[in-house]
Amino acid sequence: MSPRRGFRHPGSFGSSLPERGLLLLVLIVLLQGSLLPFGAASSPDVGHRDEADVHAEAEEKHNFTKKPFPVLSFEYKHIQVPFEISLWVLLASLMKLGFHLIPRLPGIVPESCLLILVGLLVGGLIKLAGQKVPPVLDSNLFFFCLLPPIILDAGYFLPIRPFMENLGTILMFAVVGTLWNAFFIGGLLYAVCQIQPNNPSDLHSLELLPCLLFGSIISAVDPVAVLAVFEEIHINELLHILVFGESLLNDAVTVVLYHLFEEYSGVGSVTVIDGVLGVISFFVVALGGVLVGAIYGILAAFTSRFTSHTRVIEPLFVFVYSYMAYLSAEMFHLSGIMALIACGAVMRPYVEANISHKSHTTIKYFLKMWSSVSETLIFIFLGVATVDGQHNWNWTFVTVTVVLCLVARVIGVVGLTYVINKFRIVKLTTKDQFIVAYGGLRGAIAFSLGFLLDKRHFPLRNMFLTAIIIVIFFTVFVQGMTIKPLVDLLAVKKKQEAKRSINEEIHTQFLDHLLTGIEDICGHYGHHHWKDKLNRFNKKYVKKCLIAGERSKEPQLIAFYHKLEMKHAIELVESGGGAKLSSAIPSTVSMQNIQPKKPAPAKPEDRVLPKLSKSREEEIRKILRSNLQKTRQRLRSYNRHTLLADPYEDNFGEFLLKKQKMMALDKKIQDMNNYLTVPAAPPDSPTLCRARLASGRETDFNPTRQQKADTVGPDPQAYSMKPALDSVPTIQVDLASPQSPDSVNILDEFQRSEQAAAAEEGEDDGGLMMKAPTRPHERCNAGEMDAGTREKLSRCLSDPGPHAEDEDEDEPFLP
Amino acid sequence: QQQQQQQQRRHYEELAHKSGFSTEQIKNLHKRFRQLSGNKETISRANLDSIPALANNPIKKQIIDAFFDKRNQRQDDEVGSLEEIGLEQFLMVMSHFRPPAHKSGEEERQAARRQKLRFLFNMHDTDGDGIITLVEYRKELLSKSGAIGHQAAKAIADAAMLEVASTNAPHMAPDDFYEGITFEHFQQILKGLEMESRMHIRFLDVDTTTMRCGKATS
Repeated sequence: MSPRRGFRHPGSFGSSLPERGLLLLVLIVLLQGSLLPFGAASSPDVGHRDEADVHAEAEEKHNFTKKPFPVLSFEYKHIQVPFEISLWVLLASLMKLGFHLIPRLPGIVPESCLLILVGLLVGGLIKLAGQKVPPVLDSNLFFFCLLPPIILDAGYFLPIRPFMENLGTILMFAVVGTLWNAFFIGGLLYAVCQIQPNNPSDLHSLELLPCLLFGSIISAVDPVAVLAVFEEIHINELLHILVFGESLLNDAVTVVLYHLFEEYSGVGSVTVIDGVLGVISFFVVALGGVLVGAIYGILAAFTSRFTSHTRVIEPLFVFVYSYMAYLSAEMFHLSGIMALIACGAVMRPYVEANISHKSHTTIKYFLKMWSSVSETLIFIFLGVATVDGQHNWNWTFVTVTVVLCLVARVIGVVGLTYVINKFRIVKLTTKDQFIVAYGGLRGAIAFSLGFLLDKRHFPLRNMFLTAIIIVIFFTVFVQGMTIKPLVDLLAVKKKQEAKRSINEEIHTQFLDHLLTGIEDICGHYGHHHWKDKLNRFNKKYVKKCLIAGERSKEPQLIAFYHKLEMKHAIELVESGGGAKLSSAIPSTVSMQNIQPKKPAPAKPEDRVLPKLSKSREEEIRKILRSNLQKTRQRLRSYNRHTLLADPYEDNFGEFLLKKQKMMALDKKIQDMNNYLTVPAAPPDSPTLCRARLASGRETDFNPTRQQKADTVGPDPQAYSMKPALDSVPTIQVDLASPQSPDSVNILDEFQRSEQAAAAEEGEDDGGLMMKAPTRPHERCNAGEMDAGTREKLSRCLSDPGPHAEDEDEDEPFLP
Repeated sequence: QQQQQQQQRRHYEELAHKSGFSTEQIKNLHKRFRQLSGNKETISRANLDSIPALANNPIKKQIIDAFFDKRNQRQDDEVGSLEEIGLEQFLMVMSHFRPPAHKSGEEERQAARRQKLRFLFNMHDTDGDGIITLVEYRKELLSKSGAIGHQAAKAIADAAMLEVASTNAPHMAPDDFYEGITFEHFQQILKGLEMESRMHIRFLDVDTTTMRCGKATS
């Protein structure tokens, strides 16, 4: 958010005011809307009116013939439930929207705090209107609808490598740390309750087991709260995965402790055998959850192997299988969270290899959308539920709980780190420990668990709930708001945003092999060895079963390279439409600079004609298609079920999507500069342009190109976009690599199809303008891109001659 | 007998001083050394070549070469390769994979990082002229070409080289020639990888089986 505010200069401040006004208006309307339905739903005379309705209906039936047919009727009850759900979702989304529209605010207050405040406000308004607050944070709703999307999002995009590398530490914090917290808080709380002599009776009546139960509820770090806060502070990967991993994996401990204590607090005593059973149950719950998740994950991967003909429903499999994994785990009281995490993490590599690029994007967006709406709703509901709850405020209990939570967390982290550091290579510093301890936020899971408690067994349930809410508020507000300044103050290492370069990928893999080899020479089998074994097994058997076709044999490096290429292609397409991209001007280095100049006698094949590699070919094909599709897509009739069967339509959709992403792209230009690993140069320096052009070394002059350039040239807008074109040289990585004779055919084919495309486009000019009048400059972009492609092709075709500079002067359209 | 033991221990201490390993680690490594060499004083390429676990490693040849590379012996300026190595040389090569020291200052970290990167660099720079050329880079990738296609490997090497060139020398005249990756550029491109903490393996202190905290492999 902050970079975005950076772009917004003071002048535009005024323009955002009406937006906000509008938003406010919508909100007020919405609030009224959401109040009214509740009024209608819960007013005491509802039943009465119902009866009256029934009577009326009955009467209606009697004199059926007399009544005229109702042209317009009103029946709110019919749609009440879905309507109210939609209203809540709308409220959440609008709040999120509004939060980011207000300048400077996101920098100070975390979103979660603000959302809780909104929830409080909404709850208060509902109460003020004299209505009953709906039980929004109902446990079923929470655990079956709101939580899974967030966890799936976290599991599917879990950074496996750092997670696995730090698994020991994470497990230590998650299991031992949570146990310690639960027993420390529960035990001391019980002691405090017993100590005070002049205490009112209700605290004295508290027994040990409810205290421990309360401790186990309150001690678990909450993934939702952690995600919400940590995503905004951009902390380094290690700390993020430590805290976040802990919050995910402690679910198993919480589940077991919760069920154990809930079971026995009715009985009142726990024997040693129960304790042993509890330990066994922990392993069953945790490993069982992982197992269930893994099974569903493999099923999902296997299913996705066969979806190549029905691409539209591909994303659905991911969601449904994951949800079923969650439900199946919950059915056996296993850890649903761990099942979801395992399911997402297991299926991801295989599913990604099987599904189309677009389905992948869909999955990504859907997960992000669901999880962010869920998160927003959870925080709002937390606020609403606070207003709604019957509170039993007990100063001693609340204060002691908050203090104990803090103390237990600090002692736990420091003590455990002391042990862990003996085994770690990269030690956790004091700063790291502080952030880990301070980042232990509590959240809605604790509240929902507290909400589940049975009032008959726990007479002090309301007091528990109050204390839980206070702890949540304390961690989310105080810790959540201060953690960002503290991170800055302590100069904790931040996350590097830079994308991975090819070289880094190459050397990472090289290092993996090297370390495995050295371990083998040393003769002991460390985790590199086992990782290698696992990889080998995966490659040899699992991938063959789960991944369709050729891609199962594709090594990781190639996959990475393809991803990179895909990105390049997309960037190339997008750069056609984005004048802003001109700032991402690449360097003047091209393939010629790194190729050996003269054919070395030892390696004569280095100096043969350039060729298009398969991937390059694919890229060019893509570009051509995205130009062609403009004319083709009109001929196609819309078919809901074969959305992806048609490559042209497919690309058209993609093109539109890219258009929408342009806005986001502008923000990411900085990233992209990194990614292209090229410093930006001033866009219009003639010498630079010349040099760049020279680096292309066109000796072959392409007539179609000139023609095209002439038609495009006069258009001022297209002309100003020229710099964008220059991103071509960096992307052309392997044009100059040696070729085999058959590639000439491909080139010719391209040439032809391209000319055809140009011709077709020329014919269709008017029609296209009529079809999409709202996007006048998209056409120019297409033209631009065409020119870009042509330039590329001409470069491929040309044999780089020795006198490139001389030819420059002939170019009519470049300075 | 006792004198021999004494001598052995002194020998170990000397080695420990040179390589930075502890004497226990050296004892373990020596045991492995004897096992590999068949109780001889030196190890030859054939000895390492016959390690069964290494058979599947795609960069097996480079790894073995690294052991016989004079540049990795920490006696600078010597290029070339040895035919056989003794325990000391073996330990010297191994010492590149020591984990970083417990409490190390910024300078020590930089030094460790430089030294580790130098080891990697030497593995790529096969002819020892201080520059990784495109040909060498391609060859390194092609060594894995059992898995990667020949063409793809080339394309990737080219792309990677171009990336290095444009990072380190963004403005080149068309006639300039980027000869290859120098060590400085090599350091530059791998800046983000935190080599000093990543490039290490666990050397055993005690002779018993490994004692690691539960690392599941799911």
